[in-house]
Amino acid sequence: MSKRTPLYQKHLDSGGKMVDFAGWDMPINYGSQVAEHKQVREHAGVFDVSHMTVVDIHGGDSLAFLRRLVTNDVAKLDVPGRALYTGMLNEQGGVVDDLIVYRLGTHYRLVVNCATRAKDLAWLHKVASGFALTITERPELAILAVHGPEAIDRVAGLLPTAWAEPVRSMGNFRCGEFGDWFIARTGYTGEKGLELIVPAADAAGLWDRLLAAGVAPIGLGARDTLRLEAGMNLYGHDMDETVSPLAANMEQTISWLPEDRDFVGRAAVTAHKQLQLAGQLPVLVGLVLESRGVLREGQRVVTDRGEGIITSGTFSPTLGCSIAMARVPAHSSRCDVELRGGLTPVRIVKPNFVRFGKKVFE
Amino acid sequence: MSKQVKYTKSHEWVSVDESGMATVGISDYAQGALGDVVFVELPAIGAIAKATGEIAVVESVKAASDIYSPVSGEVIEVNAALQGAPDLINSSPLGEGWLYRLKLSNPAELDGLLDETAYAAICA
Repeated sequence: MSKRTPLYQKHLDSGGKMVDFAGWDMPINYGSQVAEHKQVREHAGVFDVSHMTVVDIHGGDSLAFLRRLVTNDVAKLDVPGRALYTGMLNEQGGVVDDLIVYRLGTHYRLVVNCATRAKDLAWLHKVASGFALTITERPELAILAVHGPEAIDRVAGLLPTAWAEPVRSMGNFRCGEFGDWFIARTGYTGEKGLELIVPAADAAGLWDRLLAAGVAPIGLGARDTLRLEAGMNLYGHDMDETVSPLAANMEQTISWLPEDRDFVGRAAVTAHKQLQLAGQLPVLVGLVLESRGVLREGQRVVTDRGEGIITSGTFSPTLGCSIAMARVPAHSSRCDVELRGGLTPVRIVKPNFVRFGKKVFE
Repeated sequence: MSKQVKYTKSHEWVSVDESGMATVGISDYAQGALGDVVFVELPAIGAIAKATGEIAVVESVKAASDIYSPVSGEVIEVNAALQGAPDLINSSPLGEGWLYRLKLSNPAELDGLLDETAYAAICA
């Protein structure tokens, strides 16, 4: 039997087309994925992402543990109310998962992927061995992500006056606790917005008030096209345990300094760095197909440096053409993709296509 | 449009008028399963369609799907509006979202297709 979020009935009420997503019954769309995508780029939409896994870390060794667990340096979160995006690696330097770490008043909070929940929890417990801390999954919480140029205004308009101003003025990758609600300026769309982690009992009421305020429900289909336009990786597609973060456009999530911080996978990824400098590590690039057709995950590409593969591909509703991420040999400058009609030229660009509603590559 | 619409198991429909002109499209069930259509590849005018043969491609946000002609004949018109507005297939699969028209070469093929009730049963 599939798992259901506290918003399951709300999805049905909005005409959600439900599909299985890693064991959860989730809405793929509520009619039109393209219309939902545009709604987020132009106005505001709400996603139910309660299937994602929230884990709280309490205890005196929490910071030391997190500095060991993830590639980014959690010591950068110098005060409560800050967040960072990072990966966690295995000893071979492959990506176990990507996640966001939040610093709250009394503890840290991780949000990891749903499809990797069981292995992530096992990994956290393994790495935590010897540290004085507790790891607590929070399945009783719901997560609503509200994104789009109007999103913050719409959410703030529903909040008590004392919460509204701090939420309106919250910077990117900042967060705060408001009663038993947790609100963060993080997301997966390339638009401004908020993620609200609330008790399950509050989720349906919040959902109804958002819809009444003109925020439209958005399915997982549009979530995928939005994140791909924003050049954001999807775990299990653009990277996994066999892929170095350096071959997955995640270098900026690695804090190399201080040199004596021994995060898991450091030795391996340091070796990957040498390969990268020698031009021997593949690279995750963006592809744009300016002719007709749609790039799809798994399609083979051929560059002037060798072969590669598309890791995520879609039709970009904002650009009106197909875009993709592909792992290709370093220093590739020309690229063809194997489409139905034979080899078709595609442009290589930085894997970041759309931000704040606008095209960002040349 | 004629009331006599017939369907294939692969989710195309065909409707034939008095002069033996057939119009072909994909069913409402098919457009719903595909999701938003973003590109359509239509046959050339004058192409010879063969029943159950590949004749067009409908590409959605989700997948590229081959379209199989329900009946044989010569293609005499394609829906040019789909080039600029492929989403007509989603909004009006049995109307403005039609794909192509052909002149039937073997009207008896129609007898082998599903009527509305039989088609509805395979989509259930």
